[in-house]
Amino acid sequence: MEAWRIVSYSFKKPRRLTGINWMYLSDNKKEIGLFLMIGVLLMLIPGMNAWGPDSGVFAVSSFQVSLWGKYLTYAVLAMSLNLLWGYTGLLCLCQSLFFALGGYMMGMHLMLMIGERGAYQNVLPDFMVFLGYTELPTHWVPFYSFWFSSVAVLCVPGLVALVFGFLAFRSRIKGVYFSILTQALTYAACLLFFRNDFTFGGNNGFTDFKDVLGLDLNLASTQRILFILSVLLLLLAYVITSGLLATKFGKIQQAIRDSENRVSFSGYSTTSFKLIIFTLSAMIAGAAGALYVPQVGIINPSEMTPAKSLDVVVWVAVGGRGTKWGPVIGAIVVNLLKSFATRAYPDSWFIILGMLFVIVVLFLPDGIVGLYHKIRSKFPQKASLKAITA
Amino acid sequence: MIHHDPLYKDTPLILSVSGVDKSFDGFKAINDLNFYLEEGELRTVIGPNGAGKSTFMDILTGRTKPDCGSVVFHDSDGHDYNLAKLREFEINRLGIGRKFQTPSIYKSHTVYDNLVLSLDRPRGAFQSLIYRESPDDREIIHDVLKTIRLSDRKQDLAGSLSHGQKQWLEIGMLLAQNPRILLIDEPAAGMSDEESERTGELLLSLEKKHSLIVIEHDMEFIRQIARKVTVLHQGHVLKDGAFDKVKSDPEVIEVYLGRQGEKSATT
Ligand SMILES: Nc1ncnc2c1ncn2[C@@H]1O[C@H](COP(=O)(O)OP(=O)(O)OP(=O)(O)O)[C@@H](O)[C@H]1O
Ligand SMILES: [Mg+2]
Repeated sequence: MEAWRIVSYSFKKPRRLTGINWMYLSDNKKEIGLFLMIGVLLMLIPGMNAWGPDSGVFAVSSFQVSLWGKYLTYAVLAMSLNLLWGYTGLLCLCQSLFFALGGYMMGMHLMLMIGERGAYQNVLPDFMVFLGYTELPTHWVPFYSFWFSSVAVLCVPGLVALVFGFLAFRSRIKGVYFSILTQALTYAACLLFFRNDFTFGGNNGFTDFKDVLGLDLNLASTQRILFILSVLLLLLAYVITSGLLATKFGKIQQAIRDSENRVSFSGYSTTSFKLIIFTLSAMIAGAAGALYVPQVGIINPSEMTPAKSLDVVVWVAVGGRGTKWGPVIGAIVVNLLKSFATRAYPDSWFIILGMLFVIVVLFLPDGIVGLYHKIRSKFPQKASLKAITA
Repeated sequence: MIHHDPLYKDTPLILSVSGVDKSFDGFKAINDLNFYLEEGELRTVIGPNGAGKSTFMDILTGRTKPDCGSVVFHDSDGHDYNLAKLREFEINRLGIGRKFQTPSIYKSHTVYDNLVLSLDRPRGAFQSLIYRESPDDREIIHDVLKTIRLSDRKQDLAGSLSHGQKQWLEIGMLLAQNPRILLIDEPAAGMSDEESERTGELLLSLEKKHSLIVIEHDMEFIRQIARKVTVLHQGHVLKDGAFDKVKSDPEVIEVYLGRQGEKSATT
């Protein structure tokens, strides 16, 4: 089955291009229904945690809140890759770098918020004391501000993508060369962050966070807030992706995937389109990383290894590349499987993951979402329900 | 100033290519190529495989930069543009459209959307974000759909079209751009006789309103559309002139037409 078929499900009904339209979701009742349903369902997790029973099947522990919060940030990360790989045909292998950069930017703020409550009872973060720093490096100072850090979460990954993308796209680096180059960038950045003298904590990274905006990170209520923020980020990423896809910009994105030559011979500068999407995708990944760090409580360079970027590729492939909900489903399913398999078969996780990927590539080119549509089309009498633009 | 071919002293030229060379790793794909196209002319370019026909179009459209020589587009307002210095999308915006040898369309978009994306409208990233289809746009698209006979397939995915229909769609995408020059690489490839005849009629109907360069192998098709024919061989213009004259030229027969040419020359 070819990639274009899947897209057909989303364009059953001809839709006129009306320019960007944030309310466009209201044009599509089924989509907004699904969208709200997912939002409400997800809100059940913190709800059950706060007001539900303490034991039994309906009990949701605080551990599970932050675990699912982590999955949601992974889902957003997968969506950011889907924007590039699924809809623009750019297989980018530095998504984990953008994610980790966002995480590091937030981590810097969290480190400074520890203040003198660290092991060395020094205003400097512990690792700096350990390495013999006597004062805070200048580039750390602005991170005392939460708002500065939040802007950096978006801008630093965005800027890296902008500069790197500009160089790569202008030199017409395409296809597998683009993938290799982005992987090399990730690897280089990873090595850099492993160094102690790079002022980002070396291989230990940042940990032992205490609070953010005065909220104690160890409290269940703070974890619930972070979870809710993750849900909102997921929905926002979804609205941005679908909003874009409904405009001519989004159509050009997909056209670049199908035939980039045709697009540039139709008078569009594919370089600028790709650059914008690449930067946007890096910012979304950065935002996801920033929410990941306080929920997981640690960020270190192992988050940005090339292998982590490949994980994201697997999530998207398993869920369904180039489908709206596929990356979300893929990220959650693969991570659930991982947490199960690493407990049940601790030594075989990578073999399982590899096999899963091979199976998907060989038999399910459109992942779980494609499988769903395939099964659906086997029951034509229900076709009137065809519905969701997953 | 560009120097005009003496042949065309009095007619307005739209394109002048002179002294162009292009080597790939030492292999001379284009060798001292001189080529002039009149406004509104339909020119057919023929030549054996590997003669450099597609490379010639690559040079005209900015996909390949020539090693030396000049490639000049004469705009109707008197401006001359050096195409060797411009990028693909800039050349396209001047009004030079191209159909590729292998059909290149957006297979996961509908036929209609393929045409929307090809319209000659502001094409910046931001402008694309706020673009709204106007009644005018719709009318143009419906006209094009009628011309390429795909009106009843407009909401189908382009990937589901037959090979011939894809070729037509790509020609339609060029028409939607309303270009001044159409560069068409092997339009009849993979078409049935009937389809290819219709394609020929379509191209003939575009003559005068647009300038066209058509690359083709199919002799039947060339006979149908041929006005002036240019024969490329080893990256160089071997001959040009009326089809009947060219096809009976012994040199041309030798390099290209071979037995097929002899046959058609005697019929
Ligand atoms: N980008 C490139 N790099 C290396 N060699 C190239 C490149 N483009 C074209 N060539 C070579 O230049 C020669 C001319 O190729 P071209 O595609 O222009 O031929 P053509 O006349 O269009 O042939 P055909 O009738 O088969 O389409 C060929 O030998 C080809 O291998
Ligand atoms: Mg060719």
